[in-house]
Amino acid sequence: MKAHLTRRYIFSASHRLHSDELTDEQNLAVYGKCNNPHGHGHNYALEVTISGQVNPATGMVCNLSNLDETVHDEILNRFDHVNLNLCAEFNAGVPTTENLSALIFDILKRTFNSAHLEKVRIEETAMNSFEYSGT
Amino acid sequence: MVYLTRKCEFSASHYYHNPEFTEEENRRVFGKCANLNGHGHNYTLEVTVKGEVDRKTGFVVDLKELKDILNREVVDALDHRHLNKEVPEFANQVPTTENLAIVIWNRLDNHLRRAKLHRVRVYELPDLFVDFYGEA
Repeated sequence: MKAHLTRRYIFSASHRLHSDELTDEQNLAVYGKCNNPHGHGHNYALEVTISGQVNPATGMVCNLSNLDETVHDEILNRFDHVNLNLCAEFNAGVPTTENLSALIFDILKRTFNSAHLEKVRIEETAMNSFEYSGT
Repeated sequence: MVYLTRKCEFSASHYYHNPEFTEEENRRVFGKCANLNGHGHNYTLEVTVKGEVDRKTGFVVDLKELKDILNREVVDALDHRHLNKEVPEFANQVPTTENLAIVIWNRLDNHLRRAKLHRVRVYELPDLFVDFYGEA
């Protein structure tokens, strides 16, 4: 039997949406308040969904502690309480939550091997959420 | 095709233990959940059904019928129970949230007259849930 398991994590970070490919005026028009020069922050809620066959001996798709460990080491340690614009991963891109979702999906795809990674979903605020499944 | 989701809650206790494992293995695989005195959760269940909207009633499913089935097959059987000791499906399998989602699916499937079961989602905690779509 195949089941999907989703775990939710919280991290807090700041960012400023600003593209070097746009003029200051265009940046303001596109990003509005998110373009304010000193940035702002969010409490991001990250949901990681994995899937696989339920192991008959354990009743589990994978051991939750493996997932927690990878997410803590690879994602929370990297992005919690930082300025996303200053992360090397965003040297060449705008730290929108779209880009952040794809980045986190790619990092987990590379580092988490205990089950199939289905989806990453990020709530930037209670009103906005973004999903990325690798395509 | 329209999808309808009904939510309900139940509270139950359980522990994780496989008699084929040594005590050390049980402790290593299941951690704190292996404590044989058990522990409990407030579970939230979301059941999603799908189907065409009936032209005469405007319903995908008769919600009262769905509610009755949920209460009879799931809530009455699981609420304020010890999953390992009182729910027959868990006599020989570990009552993880994965298995609980599958057990609930099997209890609900085939009871609905019009709509089809689409997804069973079980929250063990606000930050941990399992989805089962009836996939082999």
